[in-house]
Formats: sequence, C-alpha cells, structure tokens
Amino acid sequence: MSIFSKVTQAVVQFVPDRDRDQLSEEHRIVGKPIDRLDGPQKVTGAASFTADFPLEALVYASLAFSTVAKGKIRKIDASEAEKSSGVLSVITHKNAPKMKDPPLFSPSSGTDAAASTANVVNTDEIYWNGQAIAVVIADTLDGAEHAASLIKIEYDEEPAALSFEAAKSQAETPKNIMGEDTEVERGDTEKVLAQAKYKVDHVYSTPRFNHNAIELHATTAAWNGDQLTVYDTSQFVRGVADSLAKMFSLKKENVRVLAPFVGGGFGGKGSMWGHVQLCVLAAKVVGKPVKLVLTREGVFRTVGGRTPSEQRVALAADETGKLTALIHTGTTASSFANDFAEQFSFPARHLYATESLYLTQKLVRLNTTPNTFMRAPGESIGTFALESAMDELAYELGIDPVELRLRNDPDQDPAKHTEFSSRHFKEAYRLGAEKFGWQNRPAQPRSMRDGKWLVGQGVGTAFYPAYRFPAAARVRLNADGTAVIQSSAQEMGMGTATVQTQHAAERLGLPLEKIRFEYGDTNLPQAPVAGGSNQTVSIALAVQQACEKLHRELLKSAKQDQNSPLSGSHFDEVRACDGGLFRRDKPETGETYVEILSRLKQDFVEAESETGPPLETMKYSMGSYGAQFCEIRVNEQTGETRVSRWVGSFDTGRILNPKTAVSQFRGGIIMGIGMALTEETFFDERTGRIVNPSLAEYHLPVNADIPKIEAYFLDIPDPHTPLGAHGIGEIGITGCAAAVANAIYHATGKRIRELPITLDKLL
Amino acid sequence: MNNFVYIRAENSQRALNALWETNNAKFLGGGTNLVDLMRERIEQPDAVIDITRLPMNQITELPDGGLRVGALVRNSHLAAHPLIRDRYRVLSQAILMGASAQLRNMATTGGNLMQRTRCYYFYDSAARCNKRTPGSGCDAIDGFNRIHAILGASSQCVATHPSDMCVAMAALDAVVRVTGKNGERSIPITEFHRLPSDTPSQDTNLNPDELITAVDLPNFPDARKSLYRKVRDRASYAFALVSVAAVLDVKGGRIQNARLALGGVAHRPWRATAAEQFLLHRPAEEKTFREAAELELQAAKPLAHNGFKVELAKRTIVDVLMELAGKAEVQ
Repeated sequence: MSIFSKVTQAVVQFVPDRDRDQLSEEHRIVGKPIDRLDGPQKVTGAASFTADFPLEALVYASLAFSTVAKGKIRKIDASEAEKSSGVLSVITHKNAPKMKDPPLFSPSSGTDAAASTANVVNTDEIYWNGQAIAVVIADTLDGAEHAASLIKIEYDEEPAALSFEAAKSQAETPKNIMGEDTEVERGDTEKVLAQAKYKVDHVYSTPRFNHNAIELHATTAAWNGDQLTVYDTSQFVRGVADSLAKMFSLKKENVRVLAPFVGGGFGGKGSMWGHVQLCVLAAKVVGKPVKLVLTREGVFRTVGGRTPSEQRVALAADETGKLTALIHTGTTASSFANDFAEQFSFPARHLYATESLYLTQKLVRLNTTPNTFMRAPGESIGTFALESAMDELAYELGIDPVELRLRNDPDQDPAKHTEFSSRHFKEAYRLGAEKFGWQNRPAQPRSMRDGKWLVGQGVGTAFYPAYRFPAAARVRLNADGTAVIQSSAQEMGMGTATVQTQHAAERLGLPLEKIRFEYGDTNLPQAPVAGGSNQTVSIALAVQQACEKLHRELLKSAKQDQNSPLSGSHFDEVRACDGGLFRRDKPETGETYVEILSRLKQDFVEAESETGPPLETMKYSMGSYGAQFCEIRVNEQTGETRVSRWVGSFDTGRILNPKTAVSQFRGGIIMGIGMALTEETFFDERTGRIVNPSLAEYHLPVNADIPKIEAYFLDIPDPHTPLGAHGIGEIGITGCAAAVANAIYHATGKRIRELPITLDKLL
Repeated sequence: MNNFVYIRAENSQRALNALWETNNAKFLGGGTNLVDLMRERIEQPDAVIDITRLPMNQITELPDGGLRVGALVRNSHLAAHPLIRDRYRVLSQAILMGASAQLRNMATTGGNLMQRTRCYYFYDSAARCNKRTPGSGCDAIDGFNRIHAILGASSQCVATHPSDMCVAMAALDAVVRVTGKNGERSIPITEFHRLPSDTPSQDTNLNPDELITAVDLPNFPDARKSLYRKVRDRASYAFALVSVAAVLDVKGGRIQNARLALGGVAHRPWRATAAEQFLLHRPAEEKTFREAAELELQAAKPLAHNGFKVELAKRTIVDVLMELAGKAEVQ
C-alpha cells in the first residue's frame, strides 16, 4: 500500500459516515420482485445488440491469428487475400496506420481500459499463440473469413514461457494485489502450525477457464470526419471511449461508445480487447463502417480467461475448533502483455478469526492471452482452496463443518482490524442450514447411498467484497410528470435497468411507468466499469445525490413563490411521494411535479451529480457473505458426478429486486458448478495453443447438469450503503467449487484438491 | 469457408452422376458435421451435392423380420420409431444420448455413419494431423489425449469415432447398403469404419464413387434385451469417454448370446468379440463379466491422459451386463 493510501486510510477513520439512506427501509417499489423491464424486448427480438445495428454501407472484418506463442513475424504474404473476391483491404503490421499504445486497464486510472499492452497489428512482436496479426475487410462476412484464411505468415519463433509448473521457480511477488498489500502477516503462523495438534496443510489447484458469454464479442465502428461512433459489447463504455480516444489521438468528446444491450459479460467484456481497436482501425482504413464479430474460436484466442492457480492453505486449530493459524499462499499467472495477479488471498483477509495469519501471492508470466477478470476473480478460486481446507479441518477435529465456521466468525476484520459495516455471517449459515436440512446429514463419509450412486452433502462459505466506485447520474423531471434517469451504465443482463428504474421511482415518488432509465451510452453521465459487483450501488448513490440536488432546487424555487404550498419548506421537511413533493408533517400539503413545472413554466428541470471516492470502504470492512449447501451423487462405478440439490443463503445487504437477485445468485451458482465439475481450458504447453476453443469441447454445464437451485437472502440493509444494498453479481459463484468438492468427499471419502473434478479423478 | 458449387440432386442416379462428374464433391445430408468442418476449413469440397430430396427417408420392414433404415432417415425419427424402440432399443437409446435434440432433428442415418473424429488437433489447422493432412504427423499422441483411443490406434493416429448410433449398430450387426459405379453392395457395419493404421485420412471403406442408401438391421429377437450406456464429462451434449452397447440373452443363469460394442475407445465402434466369445455359455454373474472385460481390454494401449478409460471401459461393461442380467432374471 502506498504511503498516500495509508494516510488516506488513517484520515478516513475520522470522516463522519454518510447519513443512513432512508430508502433502506422503504418497500413501495424497491424490494419488489418486478419483472425485468427489457424482458419483452429481449424475447421478441426487438432488443438490438452490438452486432444488430444496420449501418449504411456496412462492411465486415475478420481476424487472422498467430500460430506461435512468441517471436516475430518474419514474412507476411497477404497477396492472395487481397485478390480474393469482395476484399476491400488487408491490414497487417506492414501497412497499418500507427495507433498509440493501448492504455492498460488500471482501477486507479479511471478510464484506461485496454486488456493488454500489445499493440496488435502495429507490431511484428508475438506475445501469445492466437494473437490477432491481420485484419481483413470485405463486403461480406464469408468473404472476409475466407480471405483471412489465405494469409501466409512466417515467423522467427523464439522459446516461449508456456509451462506454469516450470515458471513457478521464477515467480515474483507483486508489489500489491488490487491496490492492497500483497503480504499480510500477524504472528508466527509456521511455528503455531508446527506445534498444533489439529491442522491441515494442502495444496489446491485450479485450471485455466475461458469466457463463454452467449453473445460473442463484437464491435461496430463508424467514422464521420474525426467523430467516431462505436457499438461495442462492453461492460465499460466510458473506458472503451477514452482508451480509443488515446489510441487514435482524438478528443474524448469526439468518441461515442454505445452498448444498449450486452449478452453476458462476466468480466470478459470488462476491459477493451484488441479486436475493438482493430475494428476502429479497419473502419478508418476503408472509410466505411465496419462490423467485427469474433468467432467463438476468436474469443478463445484473443480474449483472456481466468488464470490457473496453485494455492497452499494450512490451518491450525485448538480442540474447540478456534483457528490458531491460517496460511493462504500461492501462485497465479499473468502474461507478458498485462499485469494482473488474481486476488485469491482476499477471502482469507476477511472471513475467519485466527490467532495468527499469513497471506501472500506470487505471480508468473507466461506467453498466453492476457488473463482477465472472470466472475469473482480471486474469491472464486480462493474460496475453493480455503473452504476445502476448512472442511478438511472439520473432519480432523470431528466438528461439524457448519459449526466450525460459526465458531470462527470474527468480531472485526481479521486483516485490517476495522469494524464490519454489516456482517450477518452466522445468520446466513443458519438460514441455509435450515432450508437445506443440514441437521439430518450423517457426519461420516460414505454413509448415504441411492442405488449405484453414493450421496454426499457439502458446504462452503461464499464471500465477495462490497465495492463502490465514483459514478455520475443525471435526473430530469419533465413537465408531463415523467422522469428520465441517465448514466452511461451497462446492462449485461443482470437487471441494472430494472433495478435503477425501481430505485428512481422510489426516490422520486413516481410510479415505475413514469421513469425511463437511459444507459449504455457515453453521451450520458459517466458510470464506472460494471465489474466488482459495484454498479448497482455506485449508480444508486449518484442517482440519490442527483435527486436530492433536484429536490433542493425545486424547494428553492418554491421558497420564492408565495403561491406554492411548499414555500418555506426545508428539504428535511418534505418527502417525494404521489408524483411530487409533500410535507412530512402534513402529507396533503405539497405539489406534484406537474404542478411545480407548470408554475415554473419549464418543460423540464434536471440535476446531475457525481459521487466521490468510497471512503466508507476504507473505514469499514465491507463485504457480502453466504453459505453454499449442495447434495451430489457420484456413480460408484464410473465416477460420474451429478449435483442433485442446491441451497445458497446470502447476506448481501438489502435486496432491491428479489426476482432479478435470485437470477443473479442462481447464475453464479451454475457457473460455480461448471467450475467445480466440467470447465477447463486445455492449453498445449508445447505450442501455447488452446486446443478446445469451442462450446462442444469446452464443457460448460448444460441444463441436465443443473438441479433446482434455491437461493435465500437475509435482506438486512447495510447502514453504510445507498439503499442498504450490496452488489450481488459475483458472490454466487464463490464457495461453490468447495461445496461440491466437500460433498464429493462426504459421498466417496475421496478428497479432490484439483479442479475440475472430472470422473477420472474419482475412479 | 471456401466457395463451393451447390448441386441439388433429385434422385440417386443424378446424385451419383454429379459425384462422378465433379471433382472433390461431398454429399450433404443434415449438414450437422460437414458444414461445421467446412466452416473450420477442415473439409474444403469444391461441390456440395444436396441429397436431402432423395427418397431414402423411410423405415421399412424386410421379409426376414429385419428393418431397412433409409440413409436420409433423421436421427430423431429413427430413435422415436416404434419398431426401433420395440426391437432394437439399444439403438434408440444410443441415438438419444448423442448430440442435442436440434442436431438429431437434422442429422441423417448416412451422415451419422460418416461423422468425423472430434480430435482437437484434427480441428485445428495449426496443428499437425495425419488424418487432415497425410504425412504431417500427429500432435495428439504426445498432446492432450484424454479423449483419444485406447484400442486399435496406430503410430499415425489415435483419434476415436464419435458416433453413438454406430456403436449400437455394431452390436446389432447392421449392414450398410451402398451404391456406386460397380452397382450395389453391402458392407457389414463392423467393416465399414476402419482402424487408422497408416492411412488415418480414410475413416471408412466406402469408395469415393459410392453413396450410402440404407442401413439394414437384421432380424434379431435378442436385441429386445439390450442396453446402451454412455459415460461422459457432462450429463448431456458431450461425446462419450466410453460407451457400451450390449445385447444379452440369459437362460437358466447362463449366457446364451452376448453382443458387445464399445464407443469412445477406438477409431471405429469397437466390437468386443473376444469378450463375447468368453461370455458364451458362462454363468451370468459379475465375475464372468469382469473377466470378459479384462480380456477385451488386454490389448489396450493407453496414452498419457486416457489411461482411466481402460478401467472405465471395464467397469461400464460390467455395469451394463449386470443390469441386463438382472433384468433377464426378472424376466
């Protein structure tokens, strides 16, 4: 941690808290299971996704990928491709106009969003196998794809770093992990461990995973002089716009990026991948709008995934189960074209009380696609290791795995020693255990059976931090009594538009149908990346502030007008309800927005607000917690594993919309089941090539793999967040892989510490 | 995808003429595999002859009590046909465990026979593959070979045949009917697909001038006592790691007839003749089944990542035979 952030952290302890949001307790619209507002558009096909915008004179781009992992392009022969029918241009490093270097994504920079520093097609340098090395533009997609196959490339190949195992000896300790200290040390853990009667000490490994959102990454770019308009499958339109402005030396205001609908992101669209700038470059070269949709293989080759990891967790406990030592260390991989140490050690910073604690991470660099965020980066793989180890310790001690967690619930943050803003860990466990029927579970492994199937039940803790980022929003009240809320926020299917509309309706005292939420467009006030489960809360605070500003301005205008029933009323004396502002002490006294605007003779009034940095997350330990319970069946003969039952129980602050929330939890759990049992990127270490870049061979779980999933939540507001809410997009995946592995142990007596748990590991 | 000529044939003779007169032509049935391979540029035909209008989409009864399945009968139709479900349940089960409902609606019987391997390296034109480019080498032998062959492979190729339907047909002694320049001929399904040997680019013994017209299923009353098991990495929409098609007739506790074919283990559906012979007249019990499985898998030569298939195949054989034997006792 820098000295600056240490000082900030110290000062923040004395900064007063924001007033508790009064809407935390309102239940008029917020908290209702409203159907997602864009549902009809999506199911009828009316929703336009990035690849759906029919621009005039649109042409198509296709990419050619490197087939070596490191080296230089010696020769590139595009002559056949250029002659191929319908081809407008073939762009290679030989003829590509120069772009500035991509500004690498960094949380502190604000809007730098490039996923990689590799200036693809502006360089002859190869950083990974599958890197884009040429762009073909043709008047048809098939024409572009065919021509791309005709490009002949020769390389001066260099020895590449491809083996995670071999690279481990050169692993480095990163300076920090997501801005936090890499190393956390309290007490002499190794000594405590050596002397402990009850302990476990094991290594857990997780494989590479790749992104497979149903919507392929796509970009459509159109130039008009020095004005650039881009439709992009992005979780961060502002970041893409500003990064493109930097790369193409444009004024920020001349770049507009739109993403009205995104068909799944999961982190894979959280930064700007090379095809985005290449599509913009292609449009510049041919002087026409260009559409570039990556193929599924193209997504595997050019968009990164989750790092492989190897983690050691060692736990020591006294005979009551109280932790005396917790060690969580390990290694992840990054590439030579980015810098991202996935934060697997974060859960152990916040979850359990322990007498001594040691956490650190190492990083190796490989010639692979830059690794990136994938739903709960860090916490997903970190909880696999930590929560598997907790289960192993429970058996060592002969204590029920749920009980062991309850006994180690800390009073304050174990790493930072700060107060929790809102933590109901025990309640989440108790609710989940009750709903699952955990009390009926026999403790002994291999004690349940259903014919050929061994049955087991397992549990794992879910955890994800509660982040908030600075954001801006504008609120406009129209003379007809409708309102528009604007923020450049992203909707990847989570329900953002629905929930923010609910929020604004509650905040303004208007019915849902009078509100329109506009988003996914950089012409709107700036929203942060939709990542880190921050968006709902970040936007909500900006909307809250903008509404407050607007209400204050309306009251100011009323003060000057003796005819207004609100004349002389202070902000604290009124509340927004029934389509206007009314006095709290005399609810019949007040004015509707229609009356106010009519009195003011204005078509609309508006206010904009931008929120500041999240001081509350420095002052408090802010996180969401949960317990994942599952029942699995393992075929005794074949080792096939099927999940038969799932109960997730979550402490994630106030729930804004139970319907979209349950979908988020369920989606996370499904992704967690995939991580536990089926998903794995096969990476050929001889060539650095991904060998299963398709939905046929990269095994996402299918419907038949997923049982009924029950998700419950405590719905207890966090006093330090807008609406009392926490983001919930990521916590669902955390703890899942451990819950499955622990259930498999309970069923079979076999402890598998390596994901995914495919049947060969159980034979 | 490369450009190609599209020809629609209205009858078999025209289809054959088109094949004979055109260089590098392919027949198009459901297109569920061919079109994928063309998109990946693994298959690069100059002409595609659409045969879906040919009158070969019927299932008819043969005089000897068998069934003739037209080459264009869709997989979903075949699996759902009452006579197939009644007389050859192993075939119906096998088809329903393959692909997805959407793919089965398109895929044809003849096309299923012609499916190409799912070897990762066959699909990646940046990799060496003797099947795709003869003489280029094989990246699978020392690469990711978890899904590859344990039986009948060669130093040239370790790919497996991906079909479920063909495994069941192998256990049923189906016969593939084809027609070509030299007229009609019949090929037993167990001889239709080849082992890779030193010509892995040839998947089958179908001649380049021939068209598959039908598959005959012989009269085989014991096939009512049959079962297909498919073991895979997820519950649906995945190719078999190991699959077993079995027919078992037991009388008085002894095996009267046994047919056994394995999928996911070899370059062709693997008819387990050694195990079948061993089983005959022996007691229908776990020990017998295990010994038969051991015998059949003696020849297995696992690679770095697929060693588990040897034990998995044995266990699945035993499991399937136990289930059939259990049912036999009840009957």
